[in-house]
Amino acid sequence: MDASNTTVMTPAVPAIIAERPIKIRARNVDVFYGDKQAIYDLSIDIPDRAVSALIGPSGCGKSTFLRTLNRMNDTIPNARVTGTVELDRENIYSRDLDPVLLRARVGMVFQKPNPFPKSIYENVAYGPRIHGLAHNKGALDEIVVSSLKRAGLFDEVKDRLASPGTGLSGGQQQRLCIARAIAVNPEVILMDEPCSALDPIATARIEELIDELKQNFCIVIVTHSMQQAARVSQLTAFFHLGHLVEMGDTDEIFTNPQDQRTQDYITGRFG
Amino acid sequence: MTDLIDGRRASDYSSTAAKRRLVKRYRAEARFRAYGVLGLILTAAFLAVLFIDILGKGLPAFWQHSLMLRTPLVPAEIDPLGAHDPKQIASADFGKIVKDVLASQFPYVKSRAERKLLNSLLSSGAADALRDRVIANPALIGTTVATPALLSADADLFFKGRLTKVEAEPAKSAATLNIQPQERYEILSPDGAFAASLAEIKRHLGARVALLRAEVQGLLAQRPEIASRLAQARDGGNSAEALRLENSLQSIDLKSAELQTRMQNLEIRASSSSASEKLDATLPSILAAANGGLIKAEEISADRLIGPALVPPRSAASLAPGDWSIVTYQTPQSFRRIADQQIAWLEHLKGQGLIDRHFNTRFFTSGDSREPELAGIRGALVGSLLTLLVTIVLCLPVGVAAAIYLEEFAPKNRLTEIIEVNINNLAAVPSIVFGLLGLALFLNTFGLPRSAALVGGLVLALLVLPTIIIAGRASLRAVPPSIKDAALAVGASHQQAVFHHVLPLAMPGIMTGTIIGMAHALGETAPLLMIGMVAFIVDVPSGITDSATVLPVQIYLWSDLPEIAFEAKTAAAIIVLLAVLFVMNGTAIVLRRRFERRW
Repeated sequence: MDASNTTVMTPAVPAIIAERPIKIRARNVDVFYGDKQAIYDLSIDIPDRAVSALIGPSGCGKSTFLRTLNRMNDTIPNARVTGTVELDRENIYSRDLDPVLLRARVGMVFQKPNPFPKSIYENVAYGPRIHGLAHNKGALDEIVVSSLKRAGLFDEVKDRLASPGTGLSGGQQQRLCIARAIAVNPEVILMDEPCSALDPIATARIEELIDELKQNFCIVIVTHSMQQAARVSQLTAFFHLGHLVEMGDTDEIFTNPQDQRTQDYITGRFG
Repeated sequence: MTDLIDGRRASDYSSTAAKRRLVKRYRAEARFRAYGVLGLILTAAFLAVLFIDILGKGLPAFWQHSLMLRTPLVPAEIDPLGAHDPKQIASADFGKIVKDVLASQFPYVKSRAERKLLNSLLSSGAADALRDRVIANPALIGTTVATPALLSADADLFFKGRLTKVEAEPAKSAATLNIQPQERYEILSPDGAFAASLAEIKRHLGARVALLRAEVQGLLAQRPEIASRLAQARDGGNSAEALRLENSLQSIDLKSAELQTRMQNLEIRASSSSASEKLDATLPSILAAANGGLIKAEEISADRLIGPALVPPRSAASLAPGDWSIVTYQTPQSFRRIADQQIAWLEHLKGQGLIDRHFNTRFFTSGDSREPELAGIRGALVGSLLTLLVTIVLCLPVGVAAAIYLEEFAPKNRLTEIIEVNINNLAAVPSIVFGLLGLALFLNTFGLPRSAALVGGLVLALLVLPTIIIAGRASLRAVPPSIKDAALAVGASHQQAVFHHVLPLAMPGIMTGTIIGMAHALGETAPLLMIGMVAFIVDVPSGITDSATVLPVQIYLWSDLPEIAFEAKTAAAIIVLLAVLFVMNGTAIVLRRRFERRW
């Protein structure tokens, strides 16, 4: 079995992986919270400049896996990761790699919009400022404006950049969080159920945004909505009880799942 | 109940038993509410009693009485060299100048003893205002200035009505004033103007008879028991015990006989309606104000009053109805700290409009003193301020840093767990223990100065530190982790996430905890007693190494003093302490409201 470019459950190389460079390569990843194992021997390739969706029932380890990609699990006491996760062929769990810098390269958007209780401007400017991306006020303004524009929020907030970010609506807050994430110029954006707290209209706007952002970023999204996964992603991975059950091109997974559990899940028989 | 009816368990929500259960449930709730309301009412009542008591006792201390005398500033007495040298002026005997001016108001006061009595109306700091004024403006020398001279605490208390009630009843009948031998004055009122006063004295005597009777009865009530024990002791052949009991029986008999004699004498005085009555210092003072003078009754009958003059009358002219009055000082002279003569002088001065009631600024501008009218809380306030300053400078950085480290950075292991438990326990250690620690460590080992705000602050810092750490950790924990996650996700280091985002959000809570800890420290007494901050310190401290005392210790010291005037000072200092505490806690509430953030 050639473990270098496929997983156990998917014999064929998904088309999207064949046509795009591989951004993230995970091999034999096990994640433990204390004695409890959350992810078992997971190997997956994630293509650049595409949207990869992680789906599966609650507690299947999708979010845990997402958090291993930017080492956010480090902040949880007792969390332990084994195996290798490579970003551009560089092991992110090696001693040489600084997790703080890694997180600048791998941005993250959370389930619940969590803007800082500061102004809209400050929310976006914080990342560039601590990384020294702008050397003067003008350059910082430039980054803030372009990030807000790319997040599709600028037109709505351009007159009130100094007002608090927490005063925005839920959808706007989430786009602000996306702007904040892209302001530090990451390569990968991880999204942990970014629309679960939003109404359908706000959700649609975020999905449009994700579609635009995939031109420039490698996006990994965890979602509970099969429709969303089908709409926005090119690659879908189905997780179950800590195992990667099946992964492949989104069209393939949703039309022709190989595994019975995948079929049951996407047809709504369990989950 | 497992009986199934149509596949459902038989429901029991409409039976009488169920209704009874429901009623019981509601009753339990109503009972609990009633307890709550009762508790609140009780608390409010206790608080009201406390405040009424403290305010009633303390507020008068914020006012003070002074004598406004026009004082001639004779150059020869104050500045004989005419150099306007402040040192020379300060060494002048201003006390004598003020006393002389007071004496000039009472030309008939001649004897040394009387002069002394008169001077004791003035505070020992009576000349302070005058001295300060002249030093500040030497040009006043040679002129006559009106400067308030502080009255003594007893005179002040008299004007506050704390020493005796003064009643003046205008007489409705005519009388004649006769001068008698031995400087005695006699007022004859054929219509019996003194009948009411005489009756008053008799009532007083009657009350004393009742007291004596109760005492005699109390003594005699012990007799039968001792007698029976004596009989027992005799039967048992215990001669030593019998002798002792016999002696005590004898002494009871003697004492009760003596009391009974006194009682009988008093009873005769109280009941014989027509006789004249001799007044002594244990009876209320009866006086007659006539022709500008004041005659103190030594003997009184319904139509006659005789005694010496406290203020000599201008003439011996006859007295028309309404022109003269009968004055009563309710509290007997031997039960108050001010003599009839002094009251007469004070009333005279008041009649001249020379007594000035003014806000007691001295209370806030001077340090402690043995004289109640001179004592102030400035020293204690400054001492408290310096002590709290030392405390907060030490506590806030150390406490907040410790809270951040323990909450955010410390590894979770057995050692940090032990530290955590110990910090929580430290908050419950009796404060006197911290005082002992301060005594052993800061004074004995490090040799820091005793009674100093520095050491007080160090000790209080130990006391407050656990409070701040616990409050700090609680407010750090209350910041949603999503904020920290957000910061970490844009590549902030752990420390940046904590210091840029978590700490600012936790700051209102930390400040609230700190202020409450400081308020706690402000009210702390016990540990400061251990390190010598309980000393009598007159000077206002000017630095953290000067001897100092703090507000609660000052209250404790004053509450221990026997003078009545210090009772009011104590309550006044408590009012100040409470006011400071209210302001501090109010600030904490405002901070919490103002900076409370919602996520």
